[in-house]
Amino acid sequence: MSWPTTSMPRPDPEAVARPDPEAVAEAVFAALAEPTRRSILSTLAARGPTTATGLAGLLPITRQAITKHLELLAAAGLVLAEHGERRRIRYRVNAAPMGIAQSYLAALARDWDSKLTRLQRALDTPAPPPGAAAPEPAVPEG
Amino acid sequence: MPIPDRIERTIDLAQPPQRVWEALTSAEGLGSWFGDRATVDLRPGGTAYVEWDDEVHKATLTIVVVEPPARFAWTWGIQGLPATDPRRTYVEFTLTPSGGGTRLSVVESGFAQLPDELLDTAYRGNVEGWRKELGELADYLHAAP
Repeated sequence: MSWPTTSMPRPDPEAVARPDPEAVAEAVFAALAEPTRRSILSTLAARGPTTATGLAGLLPITRQAITKHLELLAAAGLVLAEHGERRRIRYRVNAAPMGIAQSYLAALARDWDSKLTRLQRALDTPAPPPGAAAPEPAVPEG
Repeated sequence: MPIPDRIERTIDLAQPPQRVWEALTSAEGLGSWFGDRATVDLRPGGTAYVEWDDEVHKATLTIVVVEPPARFAWTWGIQGLPATDPRRTYVEFTLTPSGGGTRLSVVESGFAQLPDELLDTAYRGNVEGWRKELGELADYLHAAP
């Protein structure tokens, strides 16, 4: 059984042997903080696996700059390099690390503080008698 | 930048547990303080649907624990992941009488779930790949004259 020919190794396999979720999320957010890298990722997501030269033809960036950004995206695990025919390397989006970043954002987005404040206000509002119109839900801030 | 696995909150409410229980578990309650509309099949294994007026947010809760008026729990999906994603978080409410009111605690856990595919395909695959490839390279070099 041999290694699938479609995947290419990352440069430092020992460093990613035991991925730490925090490190993964940090790498994802750092990679996404740069607009050029976001446009590379968006392009790969929209068009599918593409070579660095192909990306250079699609984006207003030099091939050299694209290669540097692709290296960083690959280090974050956000793109995987595939060996294509004639030694061409094609890059494709890898969604796995995004799941960790999404979990992080989801924890923030739950926003239990707002929900519990709403619960408290709802309980403080006297229940309307049956058949009566519902009271105005707006409650002053604070 | 720790990824929080749990969110824990405690709030003291002036109303007795039975009243809080109604707000937590009824369609009227969940459809007001939590979402904007809700339907609730209140039993372990039952499903509650909650919708918000933004027409985007909706949630499907799988009810796990129904112990009126003390304990209520559900699981639901992680925001940002596809609805079909198997990862879910667990939300548990505990109602404790406190004076004439209620101490309500909510614990949501399970955010820091490592996606299996991260280990299996992206990383472990590469680690294993390197090991084999370098082994093959070593064999090749040994075999070479």
